[in-house]
Amino acid sequence: MTDVQKPPMQDWATDFDHTHPDYAAQATEIWDDLRGRCPVAHSDRFGGVWLPTRHEDVAAIAHDTEHFSSEGVIVSPWKPEGLAPAGYAPPITSDPPFHAIARRLLLPAFSPAAIAKWEPSARQSCRDLIEEVVSSADVVDAAAQYTQHVPVRVIADMLGVPRSDGDKFRGFIHRILEDPGASIGTLAYEDTLDYYLHQVVADHRDNPRDDLIGFLMEAEMDGQKLSDDHIGGTIALLLIAGIDTTWSAIGASLWHLAQTPVDRARLVAEPSLLPVAVEEFLRFYAPVTMARIVKEEVAVGGCTFNQRDWVLLSFPAANRDPEAFEDADRFVIDRVRNRHSAFGLGIHRCLGSNLARMEMTVAIDEWMRAFPDFELADAGAVRWSTGQVRGPRQLPVRILKRGAE
Amino acid sequence: MKIILDNSKCEGHGRCYALAPELFDADDEGYAVLKLTGAVPAGSEEHATLASANCPEFAITVED
Repeated sequence: MTDVQKPPMQDWATDFDHTHPDYAAQATEIWDDLRGRCPVAHSDRFGGVWLPTRHEDVAAIAHDTEHFSSEGVIVSPWKPEGLAPAGYAPPITSDPPFHAIARRLLLPAFSPAAIAKWEPSARQSCRDLIEEVVSSADVVDAAAQYTQHVPVRVIADMLGVPRSDGDKFRGFIHRILEDPGASIGTLAYEDTLDYYLHQVVADHRDNPRDDLIGFLMEAEMDGQKLSDDHIGGTIALLLIAGIDTTWSAIGASLWHLAQTPVDRARLVAEPSLLPVAVEEFLRFYAPVTMARIVKEEVAVGGCTFNQRDWVLLSFPAANRDPEAFEDADRFVIDRVRNRHSAFGLGIHRCLGSNLARMEMTVAIDEWMRAFPDFELADAGAVRWSTGQVRGPRQLPVRILKRGAE
Repeated sequence: MKIILDNSKCEGHGRCYALAPELFDADDEGYAVLKLTGAVPAGSEEHATLASANCPEFAITVED
């Protein structure tokens, strides 16, 4: 889907491009190399961006809201300015003290108890999707035909928008996350996320209903209704952050299982291990790298970050740091001590972490029941996304065994 | 064995109450709540250690 052929990278330490297809294909090797010799990479691209690779540095930045702002969380040629403390998609783009108030509003809807209520419909969605592919050919694209649809259906139901808008969501996600900035100025307004948000809010105004968008429209902060920008920004956040992240995590898990017969057999023999395995999938294949903008000059890992520089917060790289994890480069399906940071650290811990865990568990469980044995059909046809959310977008697998009905 | 939960560090990752539901609970916003006041009951020591070892924020410590 990347339209322009990019020239090969010369040196990841001094000129990295996280939107390059080579980065998508070899990210873990690149982090390990950088951690060993750098450990903070820099690039002049995107107006100057840093990439720390040690757990210690990533954690320190995530906890330091004094020197780092969340005003910009996606590194792109467009660098937000003057939008703090709310930012364009609260609360992920918000800084203290606004952040805590905007976040508290949403937390109850994403608590473990609230998320548990969505499990039966998520499980049914997985079964429906499997039903659609189960009778077809022996080769199934696990990403295009399965993983990408699971979170779309759940988040559409939670927000109260049609599931059939899924193709639109994926279009927004591709533009915003995978090829940031490339479509600036080229789109008709009717094709933009902004237009879509106005449409769904107007629809909820005309037909009030009890869903997350309805809740946001009635919610108050300090005795005031939320601004239209706040409501639209939060819906955008839930749409963008709630879909391709989880789709990536489920897809990477299936990619791993497709190549690791011993782990497939273990999950089939011991289904109760799945919650532990999900945490290791999250550590080893953490999909999300966040970003910050430097508020004031600060030193990290021996480098001086200047005001307004971008910083990529690579939680995936932190999760592979041998200083923080025993056998960091080994996938251990029954790893019981697993202090991973796939959902981030500090005040911006992923709001949807309980939702993501539920969706991963249900989607992997249903897949393994239906297809207890499968393998990559064509390793060369697997394509990983570019940018800050990493996961397989094409994943053809050959079904070797079907489960009992 | 005693558990010390530092609420100022808890960010609601939820690992502790998933791994040791007899020792930790979630409040309405998903932050951890310690369910006991005194010593860890016999048989729950391993759960207490696991909760501590899995907290991404280092918010839980156990003392013998």
